[in-house]
Amino acid sequence: MSRDAARRDAKPMRPTMALLRKDLLLERRAPESIPAMVLFSITTFVLFHFGLGRDEVDGSLAAGVLLVTILFAAILGINRLFVAEHEEGGFDAVLMAPIDRTALFLAKGTALFLFLTLVEVVAVPAFAILLLGPSPWHGLPALIVTLALVNLALSSVGALVAALAIRTRSRDLIVPIVTLPLLVPALIAAARACAPLLAAHGDAWPAAKWLLMLGLYDLVFGLLAYAVFDFLLED
Amino acid sequence: MHGKGLRALTLATLVALSATFALVVFWAPNDADQGFIQKIFYLHVPVAIITLIAYVVAGIFAWRQLKTGSREWDLRSYVVIHIALIFNIVGLLTGAIWAKASWGHWWVWDEPTLVSFLIVFLLYATYQPLRFSIEDPERQARYASVFAIIAGAFVPLNFMAVRMATSLVHPRTFGTANGGLPGEMMFVFLVSIVAMGLLFWLIVKYEIAQKTLTWQIRALRRRLLGDDAVAPLGRSAAPTIAPQEAPAR
Repeated sequence: MSRDAARRDAKPMRPTMALLRKDLLLERRAPESIPAMVLFSITTFVLFHFGLGRDEVDGSLAAGVLLVTILFAAILGINRLFVAEHEEGGFDAVLMAPIDRTALFLAKGTALFLFLTLVEVVAVPAFAILLLGPSPWHGLPALIVTLALVNLALSSVGALVAALAIRTRSRDLIVPIVTLPLLVPALIAAARACAPLLAAHGDAWPAAKWLLMLGLYDLVFGLLAYAVFDFLLED
Repeated sequence: MHGKGLRALTLATLVALSATFALVVFWAPNDADQGFIQKIFYLHVPVAIITLIAYVVAGIFAWRQLKTGSREWDLRSYVVIHIALIFNIVGLLTGAIWAKASWGHWWVWDEPTLVSFLIVFLLYATYQPLRFSIEDPERQARYASVFAIIAGAFVPLNFMAVRMATSLVHPRTFGTANGGLPGEMMFVFLVSIVAMGLLFWLIVKYEIAQKTLTWQIRALRRRLLGDDAVAPLGRSAAPTIAPQEAPAR
């Protein structure tokens, strides 16, 4: 027992890496979430084109379309996040293994972060080609920073809500209705930050307060989710 | 036992509410711009403040539940969120009426309090669906607590974000250029907050007493008529607990 504890203390990141590698391997062998999210994003851009009746968008409208699409695509990934664990008994395995339970949270959060980043690598260029009017180049570095912060928010809140919803009767209903209101502050900050980046003659960097707000959101919910995740696995 | 102090609290609440009502109608001065309708302020703002405090308190109760594992804190957290949701709806409705009266629209997006209120309502409206879609009562309590903690921390953060995002064209009630509320208004406002707080506390106490009583009645029925006479609680049953004073049988 003490040897296990010592081993666990010595390399706290190893279980996380093992769990993360398993998730990435699963997604690579049998791609499921990422293709669905990419297809969903592009379909949504097409829908926005017809729904808004516009060939080109810019400024705050562009920021809204892009971020809301990413948000909804993330919901798909969040819904699938723990399905393998739920169906194949992975939860019991994690509980029985002599590892810290938050390793599962860290692994799932990181996996979701990577999935979202991969989706955006395809979806943002597609958005720039299909819908965006002005050139995206001048605001690209700031856009990458903002989206990274958004992904962080999505993955910490997403991993927590996914764990919360996986053992309810109506997982696919609970995930969106809980996640979307929770993400409103992050969306406010991200949309305000992206609006000048996607405008025709906008600034190359958004006002610092929006990035700070996003950072604060990431910090608060990251720490909070980390603190309470344990209680979702206790059985 | 569980209804201890309920009568005194009821009387205090009645007195405070009547005093508030009398003060608001007969004593508080009419607003120079908005006239009589401004007096909805004494209902809307206290209700809003009590709602937000209650959400944060429910989060703290939920934290206690997770720490102690006791159903009692879960019940408290559940009841506080339940009543806060009702206060939240009252706050939204009075806010909409006030907006219509003073700005001519039922909904104004640049009023941060109203907008935050809607978002917070949308979040907390999912508390019961989440809770009641879980079968096991133990897990129900734990998962509901996790939700309540996250949502309790969300409330202030959300307020900050919404306030940052709104252009402040409408005058704020406190801290306007000419020094905020005049003395009489401030006094009536404070009395109103106390009355609303008492009302909230009273309803919470009543609901907890009712839940405890339900539990006792079920226990008694089971003892008198046998286990078959009492239908098992469904998954969408609100939490009930044994009163501490009851014999541990």
